[in-house]
Amino acid sequence: MRGIAGVLCLQGSSEPHLARLAELFAAGELAQPPREVRQQRDLDGLTHLILPGGESTTIRHLLDLFGMTDDLLARHRDGRLCLFGTCAGAILLAADDGTRPKRLALLDATLDRNAYGRQVDSFSEALTLELPEEHGAPTFHGVFIRAPRFTRIGPGVRVVARRGAEPVLVEAPGLLAGTFHPELTRDLRIHRHFVALKVATH
Amino acid sequence: MQRNPMQDSPKQHDGARGADDTPLPHGLDEVKIGLARMLKGGVIMDVTTVEQAKIAEDAGACAVMALERVPSDIRKEGGVARMASIDMIARIQQAVTIPVMAKARIGHFVEAQVLETLGVDFIDESEVLTPADPENHIDKRAFKVPFVCGATCLNEALRRIGEGAAMLRTKGEAGTGNIIEAVRHLRLIQKTIRELSVTPTAELMHRAKELQAPFHLVEFVAKHGKLPVPNFAAGGIATPADAALVMALGAEAVFVGSGIFKSDDPAKTAAAIVKATAQWRDPAVIAQACRETGSAMRGLSMESIPEGERLATRGW
Repeated sequence: MRGIAGVLCLQGSSEPHLARLAELFAAGELAQPPREVRQQRDLDGLTHLILPGGESTTIRHLLDLFGMTDDLLARHRDGRLCLFGTCAGAILLAADDGTRPKRLALLDATLDRNAYGRQVDSFSEALTLELPEEHGAPTFHGVFIRAPRFTRIGPGVRVVARRGAEPVLVEAPGLLAGTFHPELTRDLRIHRHFVALKVATH
Repeated sequence: MQRNPMQDSPKQHDGARGADDTPLPHGLDEVKIGLARMLKGGVIMDVTTVEQAKIAEDAGACAVMALERVPSDIRKEGGVARMASIDMIARIQQAVTIPVMAKARIGHFVEAQVLETLGVDFIDESEVLTPADPENHIDKRAFKVPFVCGATCLNEALRRIGEGAAMLRTKGEAGTGNIIEAVRHLRLIQKTIRELSVTPTAELMHRAKELQAPFHLVEFVAKHGKLPVPNFAAGGIATPADAALVMALGAEAVFVGSGIFKSDDPAKTAAAIVKATAQWRDPAVIAQACRETGSAMRGLSMESIPEGERLATRGW
């Protein structure tokens, strides 16, 4: 069954994610055009939600401010909602490590914020992608902006992309989390992989 | 059914927004513009002390702008306004985890080099400071750190992008608490983009000549109906409703200068402006945000500012 996907649009770079999902909808891989998620009611019926890059403290602040945090957590834990976090979004999905912002603690992994340094240390680089369903080039153009870094990955978490040996995109049931920005390239492979993740009720 | 102008706005004013997924024109850098994109939908707050930076971060700011004096004080006190103290910027960088921006004077590439060395995340080549060069802006392509520049019209915007700016903002009229100039600049940029998008290809070189803007960027705007970099609003935003207004008019994020720390309750005003910016489509949330603020800064009418004291006329 095809899913209904959306992007959290509270703060950050949501438009390129919406554009990628619109392309997947046009290709018949989603049941509806992508949804902009700004309030709790926008979550109704959604099966896939992307938490975009942006400022993780700001996005967490706004999720709490608009009363969306508990609903989001419940929908994921009930198996109704798959989540994909990029950069700030990945930080939010991670396990708590005592630093700000308070994490949503859905993914058994920890991430250090701004781990490569400040903006002058941002970069783009070729990554190795390990998607079982893709037979194309195993590389992916990775754009890293004030990027976080995985510091621990739990036993149930699979690495999907690496920069050298370092994990930069990981997957767990109903979850995908990456430290770079696949939405800023026109390469749909990672988004296609995400919308194909199954929610438990399907 | 009553027409809600806010709901009509997104498409109508889409022209002012930066293109997100079109290939970038020559000379632009995806990593620099990437950070500008990550700041979208957020509020960047002017701060002059560590305490203010912390208040801003706690209120949900997506970045802070470190400077010596907020624009309304620069306006009041006069004198030469320069880059902020290095010590202050460094302490603010230590105090917060969100991006820290700082201002350099127009054309003062050495101030910019100093700020880059310090590791600020964005440099604002700003008309709020006293210009250092009567003709030239900084060659921003020579830097690894991204720059934001002010613009009053598309001509200026494209010249700044040509020099390598990764983000634009309206100049507005800083330190006035008066939104009219930011609105004027947003609307003028959009109007010119709309005109360009229906201009025949054969007439684009002539338009580039009239606009005194780089041809390849004029061509990009004509083709895509958008700027190649994000465009934020700045200059005169003082209330949650002001922030929502510029968002509805196509700004992709807002800079608030004097509006927060010159209000009577900065923490509340900051939080309320963040709230209204995130939910600018929803008048009920904006109303709530307005209720949660103290009184705004008093503000200045444009008529009370002599031509020679207007900051928006700085920059070339």
